[in-house]
Amino acid sequence: MKQQIEGSQAVAQAVALCRPEVMACYPISPQTHIVETLSRKVKAGEIGNCQFLNVESEFGALSVLIGASAMGARSYTATTSQGLLFMAEAVYNAAGLGLPIVMTIANRAIGAPINIWNDHSDSMAMRDAGWLQLFAEDNQEAVDLHIQAFRLAEELSCPVMVCMDGYILTHAFEEVDLPTQEQVDDFLPPFEPVQVLDPQDPVSIGAMVGPEAFTEVRYLAHHKHLQALEAIPRISQAFQDIFQRSSGGLLKQYHTDEAETLLLALGSVNGTIKDAVDDLRTEGWPVGAIQLCSYRPFPSHALRHVAHNAKRVIVIEKDLAVGNGGIVSGEVKLALQGLPTIVDTVIAGLGGRAISKAAVIDIVKAACLEGLEEPHFLDLNWEAINRELTKQAEQRRSGPTPENLLREIGLSSGKAL
Amino acid sequence: MSYQRVKFYQTGTFTVGNRLLDEGDRTVQARTDRSNSLNSGHRACQGCGEALGARYALDAVMRATQNKMVAVNATGCLEVFSSPYPESAWQIPWLHSVFGNAPAVASGVAAALRAKGKTDIRVVAQGGDGATVDIGFGCLSGMFERNDDVLYLCYDNEAYMNTGVQRSGATPARAWTNTTQAVGTEPGNPMGIGKNLPRIAMAHGIPFVATASVADLHDLETKVTKAMSIRGARYIHIHVPCPLGWKSDPAQTIKVARLAVESGLFPLFEAEGGVVSDRTPIRKQVPVEQYLALQGRFKHLFNPRDEEALAAIQAIADRNIHLYALLPTKPAMET
Ligand SMILES: Cc1ncc(C[n+]2csc(CCOP(=O)(O)OP(=O)(O)O)c2C)c(N)n1
Ligand code: SF4
Ligand SMILES: [Mg+2]
Repeated sequence: MKQQIEGSQAVAQAVALCRPEVMACYPISPQTHIVETLSRKVKAGEIGNCQFLNVESEFGALSVLIGASAMGARSYTATTSQGLLFMAEAVYNAAGLGLPIVMTIANRAIGAPINIWNDHSDSMAMRDAGWLQLFAEDNQEAVDLHIQAFRLAEELSCPVMVCMDGYILTHAFEEVDLPTQEQVDDFLPPFEPVQVLDPQDPVSIGAMVGPEAFTEVRYLAHHKHLQALEAIPRISQAFQDIFQRSSGGLLKQYHTDEAETLLLALGSVNGTIKDAVDDLRTEGWPVGAIQLCSYRPFPSHALRHVAHNAKRVIVIEKDLAVGNGGIVSGEVKLALQGLPTIVDTVIAGLGGRAISKAAVIDIVKAACLEGLEEPHFLDLNWEAINRELTKQAEQRRSGPTPENLLREIGLSSGKAL
Repeated sequence: MSYQRVKFYQTGTFTVGNRLLDEGDRTVQARTDRSNSLNSGHRACQGCGEALGARYALDAVMRATQNKMVAVNATGCLEVFSSPYPESAWQIPWLHSVFGNAPAVASGVAAALRAKGKTDIRVVAQGGDGATVDIGFGCLSGMFERNDDVLYLCYDNEAYMNTGVQRSGATPARAWTNTTQAVGTEPGNPMGIGKNLPRIAMAHGIPFVATASVADLHDLETKVTKAMSIRGARYIHIHVPCPLGWKSDPAQTIKVARLAVESGLFPLFEAEGGVVSDRTPIRKQVPVEQYLALQGRFKHLFNPRDEEALAAIQAIADRNIHLYALLPTKPAMET
């Protein structure tokens, strides 16, 4: 049924329809509305016999789910940013153990400086942990991806993160088509674990493995991701068959045929990018866009197939590999290895800075006409940066950088801070 | 009160031989149908108190639950010596996640069992003193505070043994470890620091807290069995000498453990709902020196004699005796 609903509420409804059995949560903005709604649903008895645990930390939250999932219970949590880093050891562990936990990441920047707004630094920091990572473009897709995530996770016995942009999606009210319980039950079979703690048939889970088999165990984790490359489109198609709309998949294309320049991004910025593509095409620019829905596994093959005729791929990414540049663009370059395609890195939207349609249009034109330095930082305030660099060069005790910059940006914009 | 000293020659201790007990009171290990939670062939050192304590505790849980149990293990000696793939020594469903989360993982197992209505299956979490009093402390406190249906067993060998004997929050005063070396003006672990986890557990008001020792395995089994008759968060802190880390003779593990109890350094008691409800009296207090002298980790206290340190450690033992009324003649200290 179509509803005007907040993204977090919609996701909570979708998770509830998936009949989770154990949830353990710890609050952090902008994830809170999701877990608050779920806690109310559990307390009201709306999710069967589901257990909701208020725990002492994110590390505790995911650890609870590791136990619950190993006991054969469908398990869910949500977090972001500092919370995801706080649970990092358990994030790797859950994947290493092959436990099909589903976790929403309400993507948010990582401090310091502390910042509650959106970018992708958090899930990127966990990109090699072994979890599948699916990115939603809008709230409809966030809902749909959660339902697909449980099936994917349980089929492969591999945990899945569903990443949705903090605030931009979690707190946005949009029209969302919420499925019925019958539809979800049709799509999502009950969880049948491949390993379980069973007194009738005792196994040791999480035993120590030495050099004689560790590489093989790691390869098998990699192999799961290779299987996911096949499973993700298949499950997306199965979803479409039941719910009559297309959601998810490895990647989505927008006017990619005959496009000489392709924009590539993850998450909600794809809405803006598509508008920019429309405008550029009206002006006669042969531009298209690729929305990467699956970041892990990284769909190298599908990407190469779509982009092999393009002259240029501009990757707009909300993260930064400090000391190197782009994270996603590096992987795009690897996928397009051997092709003459130019791959540009545009670092944008860090800590919630808005990425406007006009900025996207400008960057495409600048790239095509003059080329871009690598990496390119969108909308960087060079004046403030240079003032701070000068100050640092002139005095040893230049003070805390973030505070200095705030003061400088306040001065340059004429605002008193 | 007058009493008569009885010596049982088959053990030379106060332990009553099983043959003299009623069938029902005999130790779990003495029964022909005993289980084997932790099988032979694991890689613990000779004389490892932790291996002994774990097997007795878990076999008692198996008996109490008719084998319907799951164990969650923190990283540490017990996990490492029992599990190297593919030679697991565990005969029970067993899960190891990481070092600091065993209590939370066990809470998750318990939650899954509640969700599935399988509350006949019970959960035990176990870890060393480091896993318990230090790195897993937040998760443990959370598990206690929520009163999750988990029995937590701490095997206290008073240091991080698996990484090669470093100090933990449970390392006793003046003990040598590799990070509290026997050098400087106050050799070994400084006086007056560290945590008493049984009392912290009691402060959570959980239904059952107990201390136990491999010196009295029958008592350990009894406490585990009692813990399994209760629902909610339960905690048993078990003193387990480590010959490697304590630099003691592997053949003397039980003796060392017994002297810890009989000196008053490791009081045996039970608490229900945060209040001490029972304790094991000491029949004759032994001086702490007898206990310390058997362990190389305290060697620096004797060569030359550090009277001040020995007196301070004796005072800790005396205080315990007073606090828990361990000698029949002395009443309990006001707490
Ligand atoms: C997060 C983390 N920090 C440190 C370690 C290293 N480590 C593994 S076992 C261990 C010591 C365990 O000590 P304790 O819990 O007392 O158990 P014991 O080995 O003494 O039985 C340490 C420090 C680890 N595995 N994980
Ligand atoms: S080091 Fe100590 S605790 Fe570890 S196996 Fe050896 S005796 Fe046991
Ligand atoms: Mg230890």
